Amino acid sequence: MFQVRIHGRGGQGVVTAAEILSVAAFDEGRQAQAFPSFGSERTGAPVVSFCRIDDREIRTREPVMAPDAVIVQDVTLINQVDLFSGLSPVGYVLINTSRTFEELGLADLFSRFPRPHLVTCPATEIALASFGRPLPNAALLGAFAALTRQVTLSALQTAIRDHFAGAVGERNAEAASAAFDTVTIYQEELARAAAN
Amino acid sequence: MTKRPVRFYQVGSFAVGNRLLSDEERTVQSDPDRTNSIDSGHRACQGCGEALGARYALDAAMRATNNQLVAVNATGCLEVFSTPYPETSWRIPWLHSLFGNAPAVATGVAAALRVKGQSEVRVVSQGGDGGTVDIGFGCLSGMFERNDDVLYICYDNEGYMNTGVQRSGATPPAARTATTDVVGPQPGNTFGQGKDLPRIAMAHDVAYVATATVADLHDLEAKVERAMAFRGARYLHVLVPCPLGWGSAANETIHVARLAKETGMFPVFEAEYGVVTSVSKIRHQTPVEEYLKLQKRFAHLFGKNPRPEIVAHLQELANRNIARYGLIDREETPAARHASTSEEPA
Amino acid sequence: MLQQIEGSRAVAETVALCRPEVVCAYPISPQTHIIEAVGVMVKEGRLSPCEFINVESEFAAMSVAIGASATGARAYTATASQGLLYMMEAVYNAAGLGLPIVMTLANRAIGAPINIWNDHSDAMAVRDSGWIQLFAETNQEAADLHVQAFRLAEELSVPVMVCMDGFILTHAVEGVDLLDQASVDRFLPPYEPRQVLDPEHPVSIGAMVGPEAFPEVRYLAHLRQLDALHRIPAIAEEFLTATGRQSGGLVHSYRTEDADTIVVAMGSVLGTIKDAVDIRREAGERIGVLGITSFRPFPARAVRQALSGASQIVVLEKAFSIGHGGVLATDVAMALQGTNCIIREVVAGLGGRPITRQSLVALFYKAAQGELGALLFLDLDMDVVDREVERMKANRRSGPSAENVLRDLGVTRGEGALS
Repeated sequence: MFQVRIHGRGGQGVVTAAEILSVAAFDEGRQAQAFPSFGSERTGAPVVSFCRIDDREIRTREPVMAPDAVIVQDVTLINQVDLFSGLSPVGYVLINTSRTFEELGLADLFSRFPRPHLVTCPATEIALASFGRPLPNAALLGAFAALTRQVTLSALQTAIRDHFAGAVGERNAEAASAAFDTVTIYQEELARAAAN
Repeated sequence: MTKRPVRFYQVGSFAVGNRLLSDEERTVQSDPDRTNSIDSGHRACQGCGEALGARYALDAAMRATNNQLVAVNATGCLEVFSTPYPETSWRIPWLHSLFGNAPAVATGVAAALRVKGQSEVRVVSQGGDGGTVDIGFGCLSGMFERNDDVLYICYDNEGYMNTGVQRSGATPPAARTATTDVVGPQPGNTFGQGKDLPRIAMAHDVAYVATATVADLHDLEAKVERAMAFRGARYLHVLVPCPLGWGSAANETIHVARLAKETGMFPVFEAEYGVVTSVSKIRHQTPVEEYLKLQKRFAHLFGKNPRPEIVAHLQELANRNIARYGLIDREETPAARHASTSEEPA
Repeated sequence: MLQQIEGSRAVAETVALCRPEVVCAYPISPQTHIIEAVGVMVKEGRLSPCEFINVESEFAAMSVAIGASATGARAYTATASQGLLYMMEAVYNAAGLGLPIVMTLANRAIGAPINIWNDHSDAMAVRDSGWIQLFAETNQEAADLHVQAFRLAEELSVPVMVCMDGFILTHAVEGVDLLDQASVDRFLPPYEPRQVLDPEHPVSIGAMVGPEAFPEVRYLAHLRQLDALHRIPAIAEEFLTATGRQSGGLVHSYRTEDADTIVVAMGSVLGTIKDAVDIRREAGERIGVLGITSFRPFPARAVRQALSGASQIVVLEKAFSIGHGGVLATDVAMALQGTNCIIREVVAGLGGRPITRQSLVALFYKAAQGELGALLFLDLDMDVVDREVERMKANRRSGPSAENVLRDLGVTRGEGALS
């Protein structure tokens, strides 16, 4: 089972992100379960959502306590929430920011998790460039697909187009693709640097 | 209509006898072939205003709907005296659910009829003043604002009579009830409280709001018939004296109801879409004392230790009604002129 | 068709397939998504003919359903928690009148302290009302149970409540195989009321019944529930034949064949329990699970039969009767009268406290060691409780305990979301 925890703020679509991810996995014939952290949080408050992906029936109903990946939609949560709590030692971290882990003061993550599993991605900027609105969801999911390979980009894009109708869906699918490419290139660079 | 020969005698009322009217203007009750929606044999007290009002209202509604009527009843006297299973006085489909939900249950009935394409079947929901202005008020207001196709009839006897005469939001000031006893410096019910439901109903902009008393049953029937001409939420508030709760003689019910109107204590009017369209003028303005003295619930205002200042306060309230609804034509009656200058118009 | 869909949405779609004619809606978390989705379907004309009525309270919601059902319409509503309590009088009334209303209960805790998260306190509060109460384990079962609920309700003239865990199921997006209209139509015939408000055949419904007949009328309601004990498995069997899916029924056993210890529970926690049971099984422990789908009527015979081989029964429930202990456990104990089974009550998941696999594995281990007491509150922080008891002893005006406990824990809502 692969478990994802998504951190964001109320109104940023963390629940939607988990749902789209689960639909993409489902479309690829896998079992998936997405659910929110069940709060009464208002716009702007820290919120969490979860997604589990497995090839077997998912029976558990507990919150994701030991995620395999953490996605951070809003970088301002870093000092507010214990974002990496329970994250697997071989887990993935994806943060929506144009800055680096060092710049964020998160360089300690390098010693806790495999370096290729740690990625920052300017998803909001990508979204702004793609469709002019600061909604990083689709781009982040594209980045997630590139980082973890748990879902394919095409399944993700189908799920995005299902969720957002018409041109909005198309722009979001493009943003996902752009972020997927960004992360793929970044990882290749990392691999080259590691090889050198 | 079947006509029955009637003896001609003077009833001492202002009502016009049926025999003086053309056939189509005669009351529903004058027809021996009327529907008898509430059949005889029920267990209402002698002189019960509610039984009388309900009988006239429902038979009129039956005629207006060509007998296609369903009634919903709140808990209360009317429900209890009409239906101790297996006996029932209802010859129309009748549903009692709870004390506070009759308007909502009626909404459900109306919705079911609409969804089933039975729009010719109409719904009357009814309750006493407790079930209407107090415990059922939330459901009633909801039914009003959704404009559900329901005629709600409140039979107002100004208190919880079924449970032994306790105060409701419709109990008049100074009236004795079991929970507003005649002890202490301010005996009876408190001034400055209570709920004027006809006006609240009007504030919902429902199609039709009317008040009536059992003193003018022809008027009551006409208002039911008028109400049934509208679709959507409608409200009829009928004053029904309760000999038990009011301490009035069982044979004085009509008289007491007439004085409630003639004193201005109970204004009788009609309104459509929130605007008053007609008022029943006071024919012979009567001081409130004459109304109050017939009722033991006001006995503490008279007798050995009279409380004229409280009676005067009640007269002020009556005057306010007279002014608010123009119950007396100004140029004709000095009393009305006085009333309209001393009170804020509505 | 199998779809990745939110639980609420799956229920709404299935309810729509049942062709309800009057749906009343009042918002309360966590059932709101269900009624919203049904509302959209009515407004779009996808669900027609249907009257969707926005009412002013849950009391009105159930009352409208009562009026509609008594007029021969198939009526549906949904609620949770405080909403169920607010409509309580009408809940009893619907059952007393024998009106086959179907209601989804998105199980949620009852305040004070106000709490929107899941437990089963709301369902327990109306267990004696005369409604049939069915608990769904998964969203698939929640959806399927609604079709069975309408069938059962209308066959017996008894209202049916489909209980599904608030948020945990209602807000979870997972695979649900939705039925098609033709299958539902085959399974669920049009509603033929036993009593109806009809001007051509006037009847009086809901009049007063005195001591001379009240016990018999009440007993008849009990008889209908006893009937349901036969009809629930029969309808589930028919559903299985029609759809190929095992949903509903009275109880479900999992790995109980040779079990010394059987865990009894209701609702979505059964999934996590099964995972924990698998782990304990791998460790060689003989442990199994009994899921109870039909809480009312309580299937005492089926429960007794399913538990007969075990020596220890652990009843894990998301509610308790304050001043007493487990509610479900009491019913299970009744069913096991005269046997030598030891019954352990475990109260868990109150107000949305996560029931984790880790805690369950530890619990089952303790059970196997014979270390469980009669009544245990899972993951209860007794230190926090003790400190508040001390504060109350020390200071008469110690203030609201709920606030004191949270201050003690140093929890803010944002961080709390993680725990």
